[in-house]
Amino acid sequence: MNLRTHQLTAGYGTTAVLKDIALTLPAGKITALLGPNGCGKSTLLKCFSRLLTPQSGQIWLDDQPMSAFSTRQLSRRLSLLPQHHLIPEGITVRELVAYGRSPWLPLWGRLSKKDHQIVEAAMERTHTHALASSHVTQLSGGQRQRAFLAMMLAQETPVVLLDEPTTWLDINHQVELMGLMQALRDGGKTVITVLHDLNQASRYCDNLVVLANGSIAARGKPEDVMTPALLREVFSVEAEIHPEPVSGKPMCIIKDGKAKK
Amino acid sequence: MNARIFIGLLLMLLLMSALALRAGALPLPWSALFSGWQSTSEHHYILTQYRLPRVILAIAVGAALAVAGVLVQGTVRNPLASPDILGINHAASLAAVGGMLLIPGLSVFWLPFLAFTGGMAALLLLKLLANTASPMKLALTGVALSACWASMLDYLLLSRPQDINNALLWLTGSLWGRDGSFVMLAVPALMVLLPLSLRYCRDLDLLALGDERASTLGVSVAKTQWQVLLLAVALTSVGVAVCGPIGFISLVVPHIIRRCCGGRHRILLPLSALAGALVLLLADMLARTINPPMELPAGVLTAIIGAPGFIWLLVRMR
Repeated sequence: MNLRTHQLTAGYGTTAVLKDIALTLPAGKITALLGPNGCGKSTLLKCFSRLLTPQSGQIWLDDQPMSAFSTRQLSRRLSLLPQHHLIPEGITVRELVAYGRSPWLPLWGRLSKKDHQIVEAAMERTHTHALASSHVTQLSGGQRQRAFLAMMLAQETPVVLLDEPTTWLDINHQVELMGLMQALRDGGKTVITVLHDLNQASRYCDNLVVLANGSIAARGKPEDVMTPALLREVFSVEAEIHPEPVSGKPMCIIKDGKAKK
Repeated sequence: MNARIFIGLLLMLLLMSALALRAGALPLPWSALFSGWQSTSEHHYILTQYRLPRVILAIAVGAALAVAGVLVQGTVRNPLASPDILGINHAASLAAVGGMLLIPGLSVFWLPFLAFTGGMAALLLLKLLANTASPMKLALTGVALSACWASMLDYLLLSRPQDINNALLWLTGSLWGRDGSFVMLAVPALMVLLPLSLRYCRDLDLLALGDERASTLGVSVAKTQWQVLLLAVALTSVGVAVCGPIGFISLVVPHIIRRCCGGRHRILLPLSALAGALVLLLADMLARTINPPMELPAGVLTAIIGAPGFIWLLVRMR
């Protein structure tokens, strides 16, 4: 499934954070949304997950406008890992992951055998299996992040949105998460993630979208987007771009001193 | 584990009902619980006209108040929330007391409707003032409104000192003198409302994860919150109409059950209903037996028994 925006303007109250965005996020690829704080990347993600209604313009999911779906229909197509989690009291990790099945369950919420299998598999993939019977309130930040990730996997949607998913995670789990995103893509899913680390985005993502001041500053493959000129313009840093020794993808190295605009 | 707690509560409730049927200003012999139902028995009148309606009402209202507490805590996402802090209890009381004082000779039949109208008006006003707001703002606005209703109630009482006795008695939360007509009124309403709450199990579970999370998991957040609060108002109003504002059960019982049995609403709702019934039944029984023939209000007793128990639980658990 691909996501497409047409003349999208969105924000909070009367101020527009995103202005007139026209963007197509390709199906079956990993797209990273990049940009300095306040550039509108989280707002864009909120529009995609319909938590924020655009002030004008439209978002399309394949060839259907997003507004045509009911909340439940949308929840079967699109899942979100937000930046912050509310930690529910008295819920085990297994129960939390099972919540991911909700869009597919009847009102009473009883899990079928297949649902249970999906829940177990999701915990397996995120290495939360050993925590299955612990309460979510007892977990560390990184463990919680992985538990919520497992819940999202259990939702089994063709489009997956992640808002700074590496927050809280140790380096080994960050690498695992990148691998997991690639596995999801290889399984045919459309992955869209907000990332802070440019080099991580360049190495693991297929498609980069750089936002600045609510507009698109650059988009395309890492090789085309990661340039000294863009880093100077968007992030105000002087940087050199070198091929990264392992993957050969472009990597930025910041030079001393701040760029003069 | 949870099944065992359920059965345990159910058995305790049965036992307590038997004790409550027996106990009172005039204690009945055990045998009366079996033979007293025939109209020829000397205990027939007390048992069927006096004790049984109270036991039924205590169970039904206790369950309703506890379930209303679960519903409000689930939507406001604050374990300290209860219909109380949304101002529902006080508004319902205000409407009912207003009716009692301003329309002399009003039949008790109208009390639930008055209470419900008051509760609904409070909810609508709250919704108007804190419309698209976060649960936190909803709760804060509710507290402010609640204080407002409470002071209007005080004013009403103080300005008509000659006929406040009935109103005061009702306001302390008592099951004294509640007879069959209350049962006919409250029980059918609660038979509909209590099962209806189970419809929201899944959605309430997901709301605990936050509005954004619940929404991306398929819950129509605003609609669900509205419907659940409406249901809570209805349950509270029936409870308030029957035995006055007993706020403590809605606050404490769901909290204790959540601590013991987890946060899944399909467990939380039925267990809270049972526990709420048990608490009010016990409070009412003690109210009748501590110092007969004088009656203490059950509302006072729920707080006297409940508060230390609740504090003990909090201290022990942390």
